[in-house]
Amino acid sequence: MSSFSITEPSRTQKWVAGALVVGYALITLLPLIWILTTGFKSPVDAISYPPKVFFEPSLEGYVNLFTTRTRVSPEQLQALPPPASWYEEIVRNRDMVIAGPSRYGERFLNSVIIGFGSTFLSVFLGTLAAYAFSRFKVPLKDDLLFFILSTRMMPPIAVAIPIFLMFRSLGLSDTHLGMILLYTAVNISLSVWLLKGFIDEIPREYEEAALIDGYTRFQAFYKVVLPQAATGIASTAIFCLIFSWNEYAFAVLLTSGTAQTAPPFIPTIIGVGGQDWPAVAAGATLFLVPVLVFTILLRKHLLRGITFGAVRK
Amino acid sequence: MAEIVIKNLKKKFGDFTAVQSSSFKIEDGEFFMLLGPSGCGKTTTLRMIAGLELPTSGEIYIDGEEVGQKPASQRDIAFVFQMFALYPHMNVRKNISYPLVSQGMPRAKVREKVAEVAKILGIEDIIDRPVGGLSGGDRQRVALGRAIVRNPKAFMMDEPLGALDAEFREHMAEELRALHDRMGATTVYVTHDQLEAMQMGDKIVVMNHGVIEQFGAPQDIYDKPATLFVADFIGSPPMNFLRFHGSVHPGTDQVTLHHHTFNVPVMREPFEGDMVFGVRPEHVSLDDESGYRGEILAAEYLGTTQIITINAPNGELKARIPSNQSVRPGETVGLAFNAATVTLFDNQSGRALTSALNEGVLSHG
Repeated sequence: MSSFSITEPSRTQKWVAGALVVGYALITLLPLIWILTTGFKSPVDAISYPPKVFFEPSLEGYVNLFTTRTRVSPEQLQALPPPASWYEEIVRNRDMVIAGPSRYGERFLNSVIIGFGSTFLSVFLGTLAAYAFSRFKVPLKDDLLFFILSTRMMPPIAVAIPIFLMFRSLGLSDTHLGMILLYTAVNISLSVWLLKGFIDEIPREYEEAALIDGYTRFQAFYKVVLPQAATGIASTAIFCLIFSWNEYAFAVLLTSGTAQTAPPFIPTIIGVGGQDWPAVAAGATLFLVPVLVFTILLRKHLLRGITFGAVRK
Repeated sequence: MAEIVIKNLKKKFGDFTAVQSSSFKIEDGEFFMLLGPSGCGKTTTLRMIAGLELPTSGEIYIDGEEVGQKPASQRDIAFVFQMFALYPHMNVRKNISYPLVSQGMPRAKVREKVAEVAKILGIEDIIDRPVGGLSGGDRQRVALGRAIVRNPKAFMMDEPLGALDAEFREHMAEELRALHDRMGATTVYVTHDQLEAMQMGDKIVVMNHGVIEQFGAPQDIYDKPATLFVADFIGSPPMNFLRFHGSVHPGTDQVTLHHHTFNVPVMREPFEGDMVFGVRPEHVSLDDESGYRGEILAAEYLGTTQIITINAPNGELKARIPSNQSVRPGETVGLAFNAATVTLFDNQSGRALTSALNEGVLSHG
């Protein structure tokens, strides 16, 4: 290994490299595997020590996640008609009955509305702004771009109190609109800067050709620039979604009822009827799914997006 | 097809003047070259004609209509870019049909037109391929196809052969010229390659620093350069410049260089001071009887001719002589010039002095 060579690596080298990759993957995936398995454990298995690697899978965590339950006495339980569904049976085994649905569904829906809403808005506004900054003479362009970037120069939570007061007096506290606007404000700088980079890379000749071919400036943007920028738009959208989907601090501070997203809600599950770790884990597992699906759908673009600028066309 | 008239066209980018008050006229059906070194304003001029840049002042008439401040989409011209600018997310057919789609032409008609153009350009076999994998020449043909499919009033071409390799460029230049002759379309073509300009153009405008140095037929520009810049820029090797001090009057037909008298075309204007005696290398010959002598520094063999570099009393010069004439570096030879082809320049301003040779050209240049 003393000199750099481009020959085929030896069998040992391949084996060592493979082991390193697998080892690293295991370490990074361990917390995820932990959460995933805990969701299917019984409450006793979930807190057993040493931790159980093999266990009898149960859907109790998921049932508890989606329901609210009340404890009843054994006599009352006897008096009830037999359980009508598998989930009711799981609940009855714990001397409880289902009192109604939990709020997880609502909170999850809030996350979807706010997360995807702010992602759409960030990317939409970001694309228009980036195009303008990339192609037109904008007065004070550099200062404006710096100003947009400067909103990232401190942690957003540092301005939590002014935002809290502002939201309260504007009536935006605990509203979907408020959270969408807030996350958009945080994401827009990332979106403008990333997309400007992508659009700068698209040669102007394409639009000029379209202008000559009889299209208006907007048509040229829409039909020629946008398809070229699809890669950049997709990867920017993923970054924006990951931020707004996972955001916790502002969500705790500014939402409590109507517009509460899943991240601040999931920890509260634990308080309902003891230390219900499987339900918390189930909530966290389901919460991962949309970002995962979204990322997989845009994966083709993301890969190109991450390496953008690395290869000159 | 259309005639294009440019009047006092000017373009400033901030403090920088890219094009200074240009005026010229492109006749209907002409293959018109905008020639000059990079940064001379030729591309800016072309882009102003196309509507991709708006002029700071001045007028542009296409087919008699003033279009100076109109957007490109309303000028009905086609543009071929140096890097082709084919829409990368569309295949060949879509690229070519794109200008027709914008006009709202019915689909069947579009197909028919595209097929016709593909046939003219010989690209029928690649019509459904994505543009990404095409060779430079095929991309060039597709770009041309996109330009001609619409039958525009005029074509603008910005160094369309610049991205091709040398061997193929020659072939494509012929193809372009043949296409032009067949369609008879007014074409404005930007190039920095003087050979390309001479080879293809009906008329040439030579620009430098945003100023038009000369405007005319290739032969006139080559034989009767209006300025030192043109004489130097056109021709390979360029015109020889022998600097001397002297005076001429209308009617003078001789000048004296280093005590030797040389015939020149009959002068039409008076001048006194530092002058330049300009003579093309092919009009320099070796003459043992001439008292004007110089030492041969080098000889470059070019097949039928050779270029020899001679250290003459008024400066270094190059001569193009038959390659069967044997010369050796270090040898001293006598020099003669073909008097009818000589141009005298004002050394200070670079302007050619009017003589019997160039009076016809300079009067409207």
